[in-house]
Amino acid sequence: MGSLGERTAVLGVGQTEYRATRGDVSVAGLVREAALRALADAECTWADIDAVVIGKAPDFFEGLMMPELFLADALGCAGKPILRVHTAGSVGGSTALVAASLIRSRVHRRVLTLGFEKQSESNATWALSLPQPFSVSINAGAGGYFSPIIRQYMARSGAPELIGCMVAYKDRRHALRNPYAHLHQHDLTFDQVVEAPMLWDPIRFSETCPSSDGACAMVLGDEAAGDASDRPVAWVHGTAMRSEGNNFPGRDEVSPQASRDCAADVFAQAGITNPRAEIDAVEMYVPFSWYEPMWLESLGFAELDQGWRMVEDGSTSLDGGDLPVNCSGGVLSSNPIGASGMIRFAEAALQVRGLAGDHQVDGARRAFGHAYGGGAQYFAMWVVGAEKP
Amino acid sequence: MTERPAPEMLRADLVVEYPFTRTTGPVIGAFLTGLRDGRIVGVRTSDGRVVVPPVEADPTTGDTLDEMVEVASNGTVVTWTWLDPPRPGSPWDRPHGLGLVLLDGADTPMLHGLLVDSPEELETGMRVEAVWAAERTGHVHDLVGFAPEGSGVAPAPHAEDPGDEPVRSVRTPIRLEYDFIPSSAAQEYLHAYAEKRILGNRSPVDGAVFVPPRGVDPRHGVAATELVDLAHEGHVGNFCVTHLPIPGRTDLTTPYVSAWIHLDGADIGFLGLVAGCEVDEVRIGMRVRAVWKPDDELGPTAENVLYWEPTGAPDVPVDEAGNRAWTARRDRDETGGPADA
Repeated sequence: MGSLGERTAVLGVGQTEYRATRGDVSVAGLVREAALRALADAECTWADIDAVVIGKAPDFFEGLMMPELFLADALGCAGKPILRVHTAGSVGGSTALVAASLIRSRVHRRVLTLGFEKQSESNATWALSLPQPFSVSINAGAGGYFSPIIRQYMARSGAPELIGCMVAYKDRRHALRNPYAHLHQHDLTFDQVVEAPMLWDPIRFSETCPSSDGACAMVLGDEAAGDASDRPVAWVHGTAMRSEGNNFPGRDEVSPQASRDCAADVFAQAGITNPRAEIDAVEMYVPFSWYEPMWLESLGFAELDQGWRMVEDGSTSLDGGDLPVNCSGGVLSSNPIGASGMIRFAEAALQVRGLAGDHQVDGARRAFGHAYGGGAQYFAMWVVGAEKP
Repeated sequence: MTERPAPEMLRADLVVEYPFTRTTGPVIGAFLTGLRDGRIVGVRTSDGRVVVPPVEADPTTGDTLDEMVEVASNGTVVTWTWLDPPRPGSPWDRPHGLGLVLLDGADTPMLHGLLVDSPEELETGMRVEAVWAAERTGHVHDLVGFAPEGSGVAPAPHAEDPGDEPVRSVRTPIRLEYDFIPSSAAQEYLHAYAEKRILGNRSPVDGAVFVPPRGVDPRHGVAATELVDLAHEGHVGNFCVTHLPIPGRTDLTTPYVSAWIHLDGADIGFLGLVAGCEVDEVRIGMRVRAVWKPDDELGPTAENVLYWEPTGAPDVPVDEAGNRAWTARRDRDETGGPADA
């Protein structure tokens, strides 16, 4: 809990187009593309930035050691602090929150924060399946880890079998309205989603996130910077992070305690008592389709075991739903891993700034950004609003 | 004083390697394309200096740089050291100098090998020239290093037909070699496997039994030294039917079932393979038992258990399977119900 400290504003957002392969740019070029777009959106230059906070997924995902050292020049850090944050898949979210904490604590006035991944240079499933001596090697990547947890949710909630396919189809339709999204499957039908091959039963190929190259950046500023901006800004209404172990007696893998605590904290900071009624747009981390109903419940948008009904009745669709989820297309449509959490946070900010383009939720005043990582062990969340808190 | 002979310390070589790709982008691409063609190029910064090797952003202002400048392939040694012997994986196979060379026309020195036979041949301020690889591919190794000017070690400076496609990416294999030593708790766990035993580790705080043993109770932050023998039977807490092959497991045919096995007497699960039945017969709560390797093939490894097969006994109820077992037992205890035997 605790005070929000200095009021903090999102002054600018910059994203690269997310693609399977960005063969035209180096990692340095990729991060600069997002950073320069964020600076332009914030009407800032490198000289206006006091510090840079970057994040990426585990080093072995692309064999890139100590990016905070070799990207310092590319991110205009001469004479400034640069920090790297590392919390597995949630890193984009926690990176943004570390940057926000530097403003809230009045250490800095403007901070550039950025997440990135260039998955085309590596193989994340390989990096997640490294054999250990003396052990049985049967874990095939992230899908192999999350599939049993999804199976448990299905058994416990009694959700119909095709809820996951409905989420995947919805998010891919949303992505058609986001020019930055990696997957633009114009001709995709629901039947094709259902008929896709099983990879990690009950997870179909069509229900998994793609491997993407891309970067996402934000410029955060203090209250004076937010007030001075000619462009709309998003104000930070609450931030929270939590973590827990990935295997202990009594652990609720479907709705981890850390997830519930984190959500309760961030909504309390924002003065929100009924998240479903008071949040206008949600960007949550859904790398496998079933995580949408699972997180809806864990975060308090739905009652226990009822989240799937919101998927089934279209509540989470941009077309007529009362709680549009992942209007950008979400992680299911773009997954540069180290950036994926920050994209959620940035898209939430774009919604309340009214700058989300064709996937804008009309009149969005408050939005929720969410990221998780590891074995659903690390959580980062924020609430942003059009009005100053 | 007598000492019990310590069991053999288990250790294993662990090699992690992958042929990562690096997309060069236009600036590093121009540098590597230049090396392939026997030229060294840098980039001009906003204040007119020439940086070699080139960088994409101005080191002072952060502005984007794109004015490529060719510099000489000879220059002056600014400072140096001597490496004897070369490190594993080094591009050089014998002792050599490592120096900062300020090429004529450049404003920043570049680090590279100084190819002489002894440190006596090196001095700050000496003139050196590029030594090119005979076959060049658009990689930093195209430039083998630098040798004293006029020493005549340099082969022809230009490749015969470098082609005109610019370099866009390079392979950068990474190899890490670990001396893998399991923790002391894991050492006991693995040695017990050789005796066809499965050990758990009991928390001194709440009695929870962890498998594999960790030597600590991670929830309470205290040491946990008590080891307990666990049954070779349990239930499937949860599972995945995997249709993808696992890197390095050519013996597994897909689909296969990986499951969280919750042994009787343990309070968390560990991963195991379920076999001996059809894939679609596997259920949450299904009772299973270990199928071991033949006794004469047992060693200190969890791989001794080949897979877990159904026992045919009645299933554990879904809401008491896996990690729910601990919660269910706690709830029973709190309501005065019977504690687990």
